[in-house]
Amino acid sequence: MKDFARGLVLVSPTALYALALLVAPMAAIVLFSFWTQDYLTLDTTLTLDNYREAVTDPIYGQLMVRSLYISGLVTAVTVVLAFPIAYYISFHVAPGRKALWIFLVTIPFWTSYLIRVFLWKVILGFNGVLNTSLMGLGVIDAPLTFILYNLNAVVITLAHAFAPFAILPIFVVLERIDRSLLEASQDLGETALTTFWRVTLPLAMPGVIAAVLIVFIPTVGDYITPRLVGGPGGLMIANMIQTQFLRLNNAPMGATLAVLAMVCVTIIALIFLWLNRRFLRGPD
Amino acid sequence: MAVGQARGQGRGLRIYAVLYLAFLYAPIVLLPVFAFNDSTIIAFPLSGFTTQWFVELADVPALHSAVLTSLKIAVVTALISTLLGICAARAATRYRFPAKGGIMGVIMLPLVLPEIIVAVSLLVVFLQIGLELSSLTVILGHVLICTPFCIAILNGSFQSLDVSLEEAAVDLGESGWGAFRLVILPLVMPGIIASLLIAFTISMDEFIIAFFLSGSDPTLPVYLWGQLRFPQRLPVVMALGTILVVASVLIIILAEWFRRRGVAKRGGSDSGGFL
Repeated sequence: MKDFARGLVLVSPTALYALALLVAPMAAIVLFSFWTQDYLTLDTTLTLDNYREAVTDPIYGQLMVRSLYISGLVTAVTVVLAFPIAYYISFHVAPGRKALWIFLVTIPFWTSYLIRVFLWKVILGFNGVLNTSLMGLGVIDAPLTFILYNLNAVVITLAHAFAPFAILPIFVVLERIDRSLLEASQDLGETALTTFWRVTLPLAMPGVIAAVLIVFIPTVGDYITPRLVGGPGGLMIANMIQTQFLRLNNAPMGATLAVLAMVCVTIIALIFLWLNRRFLRGPD
Repeated sequence: MAVGQARGQGRGLRIYAVLYLAFLYAPIVLLPVFAFNDSTIIAFPLSGFTTQWFVELADVPALHSAVLTSLKIAVVTALISTLLGICAARAATRYRFPAKGGIMGVIMLPLVLPEIIVAVSLLVVFLQIGLELSSLTVILGHVLICTPFCIAILNGSFQSLDVSLEEAAVDLGESGWGAFRLVILPLVMPGIIASLLIAFTISMDEFIIAFFLSGSDPTLPVYLWGQLRFPQRLPVVMALGTILVVASVLIIILAEWFRRRGVAKRGGSDSGGFL
C-alpha cells in the first residue's frame, strides 16, 4: 500500500468522527438559522427572518458588540501580561528548569474552570476576600464595588483562565530565536531596549499573533464567566444563545446568533492576520 | 555593564513572575482555606477550623450519582479520544497524505472553537435525529473536544521516534502491525498514558457541553452549577471543589511524569509542558 493511502486510512477514524460530530452539526446550525420556530413547531421554510431580527433588534447587536469588545480587551490584557512571563522563562530561567516553570504555569488551567470562576466571584465580591482583607488592613474604608458584576470582573477572570493559552505560543517562539542575533545586535551598537524592540519582538510576533487568536476566538463564546461574575452589564452573546435554546425554545434564533458570532470572529481574525502579514512571511 | 543590566532586568522579571504565579494560583489556594473554615460566610477573617463540610458531602445521594455519572463519562471519553488521537497523531507524524493540513485542521478545530458552538450544534443534531440526551450524548461531545488535546500530546511522542527502529523490525521479519505493537507502542506508551489522564481530567471538569447534553443525568460540574444558587450550600461546594481540584492536580502531575518518562525513554530533550 502506498504511503499516502496508509496515512489516509489511519487518519480516517478520527477524521470521520470530526466530520460526523463537528462539520455536519455546524452545517446543521447554519441550516437551522434559516428556519423559524413558533413555540414547539419548527417551520422548515428557508427565510432570512432571524437574521433580519438579529440585525434590527438592538439587544442582539449590543450583546454582539459587547462580546467582541470584552474579548478584545481580555485578549490585550492576557497577552500583555503573559509576554513578560514567557520572556522570563525563555531568557532568564536555567534550561533544566524551564519545563518545571511551564508546568507550573499550566497546572491551574487543568483544574475545573467552573470552580476557578466561582472563586473569582468569592474573591471580588462586595463582602469578598479582597474587600474584607483590604478593609481589615485599613487600606480602604468602604468595599470596592467596581470589581464585581461588571465588565472588569469578566476581564480579570478571563485573563486568568486563558493565561497559559497566551504564554505557551509566545514561549515556543522565543525559544526558537537564535541568541547570536541578539549578541550581533548589541555588538552593532543597539542597547538592550532597542535590541528587544527591533530584533526580539519582531521575531516573537508569530507567537504573539497565535496567542491573540487562541485567546480571542474562544473568549467571545464564553458562557460561565459572564454569567457568574458579569452581572447584567457583563453578559455576553453566549448567554443569549443559551437563553434562546434552553429558555425561550427558539433554537433557530440561537443558531442564527451562533452563526453571526462565528462570522464576526472569523472576519476579525482574518483582518488581524492581514494586518500582521509582514511578521508571518517565512524567511525568503 | 551589559551583564549587570541583564541581571537587573532578570530580577525585575523574576518579581513579576512570582506575582503572576500568585495571581494564577490565588483561586485554587483560597479554595481549601474556606473549605475548612467554620462559617457559612465566605469571607475573612476566618472563624475556625472544621471538617464538617467534607462530612456533609458523604450524605448527599444526588452528589454521589453525579460523581458516578462523571466518572463513567470521563473513563469512556479518555479511552475513545486517546484511541482516535493515536490514529491521527501516528498518521500525521509518519505519513504524507492528500489534504493533510485541511484534515488535521478540522480535527484540531475544537481546540479554539467556543465550547458553546460545539454544544448547541450537537444539541440541534441530536434532537433532530431523535437521540435522547444522556451520558452517551455527553461522551460524544467530550470525545470531540478531548481528541485535539490527545493528539497534541501524542504528536510529541510519535514525532521523536526514529523511523529506522521500525524499519529494522520489518527487515527482521515483523509485519507492519507487529513492528508497531512490539517497537513503537512500548516507546509511546508513556505518551498514551499521559493522553488518557489529560482526557479524563478535561472530561471530569467540562461544564458547557455537559450542561447542554446531559439530559436528566447531571455530571458533577452540572450538579455543582445547580448548587451555586444556594448561599447556605457554598461551604459544601468549597469542600467538593477542593477535592476536585486536588484530584485534578494529582492526575496532571502524574500525566506530566509519564510524559517526561516517555521523552527520556526516547532519548529526547525536554522542551516542557503539554500542548
